[in-house]
Amino acid sequence: MSRSAEPLVRVRGLSTRLGDKVIFDGLDLDIPRGSITAVMGPSGTGKTTLLKHITGQMRPDAGEVWVDGSNVPTLGRDALFALRERIGYLFQNSALLTDFDVFENVAFPLRQHARLPEELVRNIVLTKLQAVGLRGAARLMPSELSGGMARRVALARAIVFDPMLILYDEPFVGLDPIALNQVLKLIRTLNQTLGITSILVAHELSAVRRVADRVHLLANGKIVAAGAPDELARGESDWTKQFFGGEADGPVPFHYPAGDYAHDLGFDGSAA
Amino acid sequence: MNARFLRDGYVTDALAQIGAAGLFFFTILGAVPKSLRHFRETVRQIWFVGAMSLVIIMTCGLFVGMVLALQLYHTLSIFGGTAALGTVVALSLFRELGPVVTALLFAGRAGTSITAEIGLMRATDQLAAMEMMAVDPVAYVVAPRFLAGVIAMPILACVFNALGIFGGHLVGVTWLGVDNGTFWGNMTANVEVWADVINGVWKSLAFGAVVTLIAVFQGYTTPPTSEGVAYATTRTVVFSSIVVLALDFVLTAFLM
Amino acid sequence: MTQRRSYAVGTGLFILLGFAALAYLATQTTSVANYRQGDSYTVKARFGNVGQLKLRAPVKIAGVRIGSVSSVQLEPDKLDALVTLSIDKRYHDIPDDSSAVIFTSGLLGDQYVGIQPGGSPEMLKDGDELVLTQSALQLEDLIGKFLVNGSGDASKKPAANAQDHKPAGGS
Repeated sequence: MSRSAEPLVRVRGLSTRLGDKVIFDGLDLDIPRGSITAVMGPSGTGKTTLLKHITGQMRPDAGEVWVDGSNVPTLGRDALFALRERIGYLFQNSALLTDFDVFENVAFPLRQHARLPEELVRNIVLTKLQAVGLRGAARLMPSELSGGMARRVALARAIVFDPMLILYDEPFVGLDPIALNQVLKLIRTLNQTLGITSILVAHELSAVRRVADRVHLLANGKIVAAGAPDELARGESDWTKQFFGGEADGPVPFHYPAGDYAHDLGFDGSAA
Repeated sequence: MNARFLRDGYVTDALAQIGAAGLFFFTILGAVPKSLRHFRETVRQIWFVGAMSLVIIMTCGLFVGMVLALQLYHTLSIFGGTAALGTVVALSLFRELGPVVTALLFAGRAGTSITAEIGLMRATDQLAAMEMMAVDPVAYVVAPRFLAGVIAMPILACVFNALGIFGGHLVGVTWLGVDNGTFWGNMTANVEVWADVINGVWKSLAFGAVVTLIAVFQGYTTPPTSEGVAYATTRTVVFSSIVVLALDFVLTAFLM
Repeated sequence: MTQRRSYAVGTGLFILLGFAALAYLATQTTSVANYRQGDSYTVKARFGNVGQLKLRAPVKIAGVRIGSVSSVQLEPDKLDALVTLSIDKRYHDIPDDSSAVIFTSGLLGDQYVGIQPGGSPEMLKDGDELVLTQSALQLEDLIGKFLVNGSGDASKKPAANAQDHKPAGGS
């Protein structure tokens, strides 16, 4: 009872460095069950890294990542694999297995984890393909698909085990407006009909506004703003103003950190 | 100066690579039982890695046998020993040329394609996707290719040897006129099953393991860019060739 | 599914091809096919010197292969070589007073054991020993003998000739 009230994903004090660069610096984040949460932020702030922490593909230097009651960084390989069977992950480039056709790609997790009769595999796969509207494309190879279709196939594959959580890594990148709408519709439908909690990492504010319940704005290794998309878009902080206003300069500087300009050009006499 | 060379030089890089490849070998061995559960994938890989290399192996085996007979005939005829042609052709093939040339050809034909394939799977996130679907990519992708290489290499070496004998016979007997009975008789009298034929098979098993290990390791650890994949395939050929020839010396010293 | 089946069939054929090639190499290019393990009997023979006689060297009568050498050992007490010959059961009518000789095939060829049949009515049985033997002809000895004898002959013959000649010329 209280279990369903607690957030599905709870991140506390997450700290990560990659080389000399600080990615996360004491990040806290809650993802409520059954919600669609968007994580936005400037490029290179570690949005994808956050997803990798949630799925245990990367271990943080410090902090806790609780997913459905287990602390991911402490899990062993078997427990981690058991958890991942209940998480769907949509890669930015779809990551379909190029050796197999669409049908076998969607069937792949089933064949690997369950010994099911061929009849049942076929029914499940066709149901999932129907859900993303690509049942007719079952025998195409991944190389024959457009970017939008490939993403929908990857989505069908991600939901084949009816996961509790789906992570979308940049699901809107490189899609034409029609394909974008199809993907948006799918994210919403999956959330509403199956109650799948969704986390999506994206840049496109207009698309996120149409689908997300909450938006977290990630910058400098922390959540700098959170709230409903419209609320955040009207926000007054420098971060929200720059990000949602799309201004070139602000807290995220236009100039990459550099030495003194005049010095580099040799105008202060020292270079001569 | 010396310490600096060691710290970020070729020597430490090479040692680190060898160490990592060695550890990867044990990772693969650990994943073999799991990979046997979907043995179909291994069967499919034997087809791609082994059967698809047959044409090049057979062609080269034939020509190597023919050249051997031609060269040795002229040398042997100086000593009036052309009767030994069959023996010498067979022994050169079984002990050295069969396993070594097959391994070098295999590195160029199958090793590079294994590296490129796994490297591209890395670059397009397919390996990460398997991880996310709770499928161990070492068990599903790497181990079947490794097993396929180890199984295919001795088969290819035997086929190479058989074609080489045929080529040697063609040139020696049909063309240069060595007596057919002498050719076979001397060969059968001097070639031993265990010491020559089976020793060659052991050698090619070892070469199969080493070449395929290098190929899968280079593919699996390649930087996920097109440039990285290109370099990795080159390294597969270069490292395989060096290691095969060095290992051949060591094995010859121990086995003979 | 059919695609997978065809891979399996192709792979099966490929592996069969490998075994066929190995079988071809093992039987056609070596003498393994001539060995008859199991239906043979063994006979011993002692030699003062076996020369380069190797394990599995052929044993022949009148040039026909009837078996092979199955072991070559030193007899510690007598300090001679004990050679065990494994002879095909088909050839069971060999007189027990036959002799064993180590021959060389060709001038530089491999050595083999030749059996020269005797005339005894008793035939060899499993475990018997061939008493009459003749050791390997050592090329070095042969050359040595030839040089010694040759030079001896050379010095003797002209002398003899000279002697033959002189009286003839003298008389």
